[in-house]
Amino acid sequence: MMMPDRRKIRWSFFVFFIPVFLWLLLLIVLPQLELLRMSFVGNDFYGESGFTLRNYGAFFSDHIYWLTFVRTTGYALLVTFIVLIIALPVAFFITKVANLKVNGFLMVLLLVPFWVSELVRVYGWMILLRESGILNHFLVSIGILKQPVEMLYNDITMVMGLVYTTMLFMIVPIIGVMENLDDSLIEAANDLGAKKLTIWKTIIIPYCMPGILSGSIIVFMLVMGSYLTPNLMGGKNSLWFTEQIYNQMIIYFNWNQGAAFGFLLLLMSSLIIWVAIKVTGQDWRRVIK
Amino acid sequence: MKTALSVHNLTKMFGDFTAVNGVSFDVEDGKFFSILGPSGCGKTTLLRMIAGFFEPTGGQIKIREKDMAGVEPNRRPVNLVFQHLALFPMMNVYENVAFGLRRRHVSDSDINKKVTSMLERVGLPEHAKKKISQLSGGQKQRIAIARCLVLDPSVLLLDEPLGALDAKLREYMKVELKKLQSDVGTTFVYITHDQSEAMVMSDYVAVMNSGQFEQIDTPQNLYNNPHSSFVAQFVGNNNKLTVDLSSKSSGVYTALYKDGQKYEVSGDFSLEEGNEFDMFVRPEAFVINAPESAKGLNTIKCEVKEILFDGGNSQLLVIPEGTVEELVVALPQNKLYDSISRKDRIRISWNPTASVCFRKEEFKIYDDA
Repeated sequence: MMMPDRRKIRWSFFVFFIPVFLWLLLLIVLPQLELLRMSFVGNDFYGESGFTLRNYGAFFSDHIYWLTFVRTTGYALLVTFIVLIIALPVAFFITKVANLKVNGFLMVLLLVPFWVSELVRVYGWMILLRESGILNHFLVSIGILKQPVEMLYNDITMVMGLVYTTMLFMIVPIIGVMENLDDSLIEAANDLGAKKLTIWKTIIIPYCMPGILSGSIIVFMLVMGSYLTPNLMGGKNSLWFTEQIYNQMIIYFNWNQGAAFGFLLLLMSSLIIWVAIKVTGQDWRRVIK
Repeated sequence: MKTALSVHNLTKMFGDFTAVNGVSFDVEDGKFFSILGPSGCGKTTLLRMIAGFFEPTGGQIKIREKDMAGVEPNRRPVNLVFQHLALFPMMNVYENVAFGLRRRHVSDSDINKKVTSMLERVGLPEHAKKKISQLSGGQKQRIAIARCLVLDPSVLLLDEPLGALDAKLREYMKVELKKLQSDVGTTFVYITHDQSEAMVMSDYVAVMNSGQFEQIDTPQNLYNNPHSSFVAQFVGNNNKLTVDLSSKSSGVYTALYKDGQKYEVSGDFSLEEGNEFDMFVRPEAFVINAPESAKGLNTIKCEVKEILFDGGNSQLLVIPEGTVEELVVALPQNKLYDSISRKDRIRISWNPTASVCFRKEEFKIYDDA
């Protein structure tokens, strides 16, 4: 038997590794480091720049900022929960109820909306929901509404939009684990006296927990960091934390403050996820898989 | 004796296909009842109807005199041990066994008592806190059975639970299962395609073929007095000799075999005369080189083609003179026949009552590759 040449392996390893490494370093690590540096820089009374914690302090001293953050987190948790509640039965239907032929078609149906960009999808919703939109026109014409109402620019519409745009990221990981769930486990539970709701509670959800958790993390992170949907569908009233970052950087041109908010968002959403993993007692290595 | 399970004229159709066709049987309380049949004969469908996972197309299932029509699986007094056991991987051994009791809202202290005593009964008391993945195949088996028995079902259904085990363990578990059943006294309905499993463990065996029961009998009777060609071929090993049959006197027939010889068949069965009959003689019914003085035996002269040595199950492959057919003859390892070698000419004899005849029928006993 020939032993593979060690040096050859190392050479080919670098060929594949270097582009990935450069990509990570130049586009992600370096800009992040620069932002991190900026977040600790501020101008003092005389206009001289130097190290300061003021940018971080502003988050806690100004109510508007941390209230926006709490609001964003609250809605992100709500959206994640709603997405989960919808995704579980959908994933169950696709993996266990629908027959094999329909199965693939249903997956395509789920994926198709994601072939167009988020912007286009959100504008689609706006066309449907705005005051002169299709839904209003329809409801007025069949007489349910006397005159068109504005359905956009409120929190309910915004939550619905976020649920819609992140649904796929919950369904796919859940389908991944649910496919491996042996049907006979469900039957065995039924045979041993469990009703439908108990089967969900004791068998299906615990079994799908890794998928549920990784889906929830993706959805939660996407919603926390989402900018388009809350802005376009939520309108002026829906303050979203990413909007605060945007305002700082683009409107007030205070990159230092924006950078600090960015890092706070990263840190705190990571903290929430860490707590969630700990609370549900899952092994994070399994979740990532 | 009370009847634990009574099935009457049960039928299940899948579209045009009849999986189970008018099956009726009764199982007495405390018996070990097996349903034996080749794969695809409908035995799993039958079992799933009893468990409540399939709605019968026709017929009736009664458990302890109660009609089960429309009763959900979780409300039936039967429990099923699944083919691949279906233990819950997200729970430990204790919680698996306690699962059914929790669904019945039994108090924690009672659950603890019952689960502990059940784990002792199956010989795994120290495994309560283990994960399912830490158990061996045989241990999983016992937990799967314990999980059902702890609910004290009227009937325990077992769907080929030994199929996934390796051969040695299967032999061992066969005996274990039989002992457990007579120990707890629960009625077992066991389905399998392995005739040895069915024979060793059961009080009664039903042989099933293409959706119907061919014969329900004790293992001894199935072996000695098969009622159909299928049973003769499926239960135990058998040699099939195609013969023409003529009646001699009541219960005694003369069979003309291809080698031109006539053999006597007798038994309490009635057959028409004619050709296209199959005569069955078991390999172990043959006596090799019986003394010439022995009277009343059928004897075939043949040539040894091959010796198939397999310890206690050793066999001779022989070709009767004047034919190209092969017969299998059991070769006892008692030193008497050690001199036999290939190409030898031997005589094989059997008692006329040890053979049976049926009209020729064709079916698949196993799937050809």
